Amino acid sequence: MRNAWIIAKRDLGSFFNSPIFYVITTVFLIIYSFIFFNILNFFSFQSLQAGQLQAMGMKLSLNEMVIEPSLQNMSVILLMIIPVITMRSFADEKKMKTFRLLLSSPVPLREIVFGKFLACMIVVTVMILISSYSVGFLFLLGNPEPGPIVTGYLGVILMAGCYVSVGVFASSLTDNQIVAAVLTFGFSLFMWVIGWGAQATGATTGQVLQFLSIVDHMDRFLKGMVDTSDLVYYLSFILLSLFLCHRVLDSNRWR
Amino acid sequence: MIEVENLTKYYGPRRAINNLTFQIAQGEVVGFLGPNGAGKSTTMNILSCILPASSGTARIQGYDTFEHSIELRKIIGYLPETPPLYPDMGVRDYLMFAAQIRGLTGKKVRSAVETVIEKCSLKDVSHRIIGRLSKGYQQRVGLAQAMVHDPDILILDEPTIGLDPIQIIEIRKLIQELASSHTIILSSHILPEITQICQRVIIINEGEIAAVDTLEGLTASLRKSERLSLTVRNDNNEIEGKLNSLEQVLSVLPGEKNQFLIECALNSNLQDEFARMALDNQWGLVEIKPISMTLEDVFLKLTIEEKDVKA
Repeated sequence: MRNAWIIAKRDLGSFFNSPIFYVITTVFLIIYSFIFFNILNFFSFQSLQAGQLQAMGMKLSLNEMVIEPSLQNMSVILLMIIPVITMRSFADEKKMKTFRLLLSSPVPLREIVFGKFLACMIVVTVMILISSYSVGFLFLLGNPEPGPIVTGYLGVILMAGCYVSVGVFASSLTDNQIVAAVLTFGFSLFMWVIGWGAQATGATTGQVLQFLSIVDHMDRFLKGMVDTSDLVYYLSFILLSLFLCHRVLDSNRWR
Repeated sequence: MIEVENLTKYYGPRRAINNLTFQIAQGEVVGFLGPNGAGKSTTMNILSCILPASSGTARIQGYDTFEHSIELRKIIGYLPETPPLYPDMGVRDYLMFAAQIRGLTGKKVRSAVETVIEKCSLKDVSHRIIGRLSKGYQQRVGLAQAMVHDPDILILDEPTIGLDPIQIIEIRKLIQELASSHTIILSSHILPEITQICQRVIIINEGEIAAVDTLEGLTASLRKSERLSLTVRNDNNEIEGKLNSLEQVLSVLPGEKNQFLIECALNSNLQDEFARMALDNQWGLVEIKPISMTLEDVFLKLTIEEKDVKA
């Protein structure tokens, strides 16, 4: 795995030395912050009303009413932003003909694939961690429960991992970054909405579609539960995409 | 050291190389010569363990380039036709990356990078961004990348393509320096380059080997006649006829400005005869010189003869 780290380090260098990372992170933070403070505003309005009308004395939870919807919204923003981060992975190497350097080095292909995944994953995780300032803000104002916050972020990062793995795979299919980005976005979005098909199909098929949906597995993480089936889903999703990426690159040599 | 046997590679239905067989000994400098699309790069890709062959074997030090590709890559330095440079990286950072990815660790990385920076004269640009360097420097960085792990074998695909004459001479000098301690395979369609650097030439045409020989061998085996060029000062219509009247002259081709290209039988040594004729007839002799067959002629002859046979 030493080689994977060397490759990831180089990719990270090119992310941080170019405007890409800063532009994407800025856009991400502005949109996320806007949504977050709107949700917070709505929450404070509700709690004000609840204070005035004792009859409404339901318990208002920061976790349920602010953090949960914020993270859900964040995963939508990530869906749109991650394809732009991953599109360069292999497409750019192929276009710039630098892939030959990696291919002629004594590094197994799987380590190259993992290195590319790792680099994008670190970039995305850094972005998500920066955005967590919003949660820190909540700790100043009230006292949200830390448990669901931690599992919620874990869920978001795992889900982002799925997008990244799809992105790296899509990038291995082409030397055109735009094609890679569109494929990533399309497939990720499809995996997002696939659960909607459940209503139109029979019970069994519906259950399968529901299980395949990327978002459905997020819900329990957001509520503070780490379910093995969700973990297995996300991890096998990531591994399958990376495996396919490896196969594509390997078979390219035979054609 | 390098043994290639019946090597064949298909790209889909298109056959890039067909049944190549050749050997390269340790320390040899061998040139692949052929027109664009002849299969030079494909052969080099297979030798540098990037592509598997469709059939046949390529062995380096007894190891198959496909079965043992990871181990072999450690002793091979490869410069593809387009140098694999990341334009947004600095020269030194890039070479550090290349050294690490080739398996060097710890202090060896830095010392190896310093060594190649020295060897390739990159000191002045070592802190600059690769994308802003001139083509010549980029090519040198590409060469530095190929030799940073001190490989036994260097595979250089058209190392001087797109460079200006001064840069070509510099790169050529560098390769000649490397030749003493490395086995080098280089490809080119620039003929003088091969003549100056390589001990042996493998001519590839349409995916097949047209000839394998030393340069002298090739020229000699293809020489069926000698050629001389005769230049005189005065215009004279009878020169051509008089030259033709000599028995050993096979043909006379008038060139520009009273120059004549004379093809004569092997070892006929007609210089004296020509000189005497020129003096006797007062042609105003300017020069007589032998025209040796260049690799270019050899190459054209080989590839064209091949076509004739096929047609």
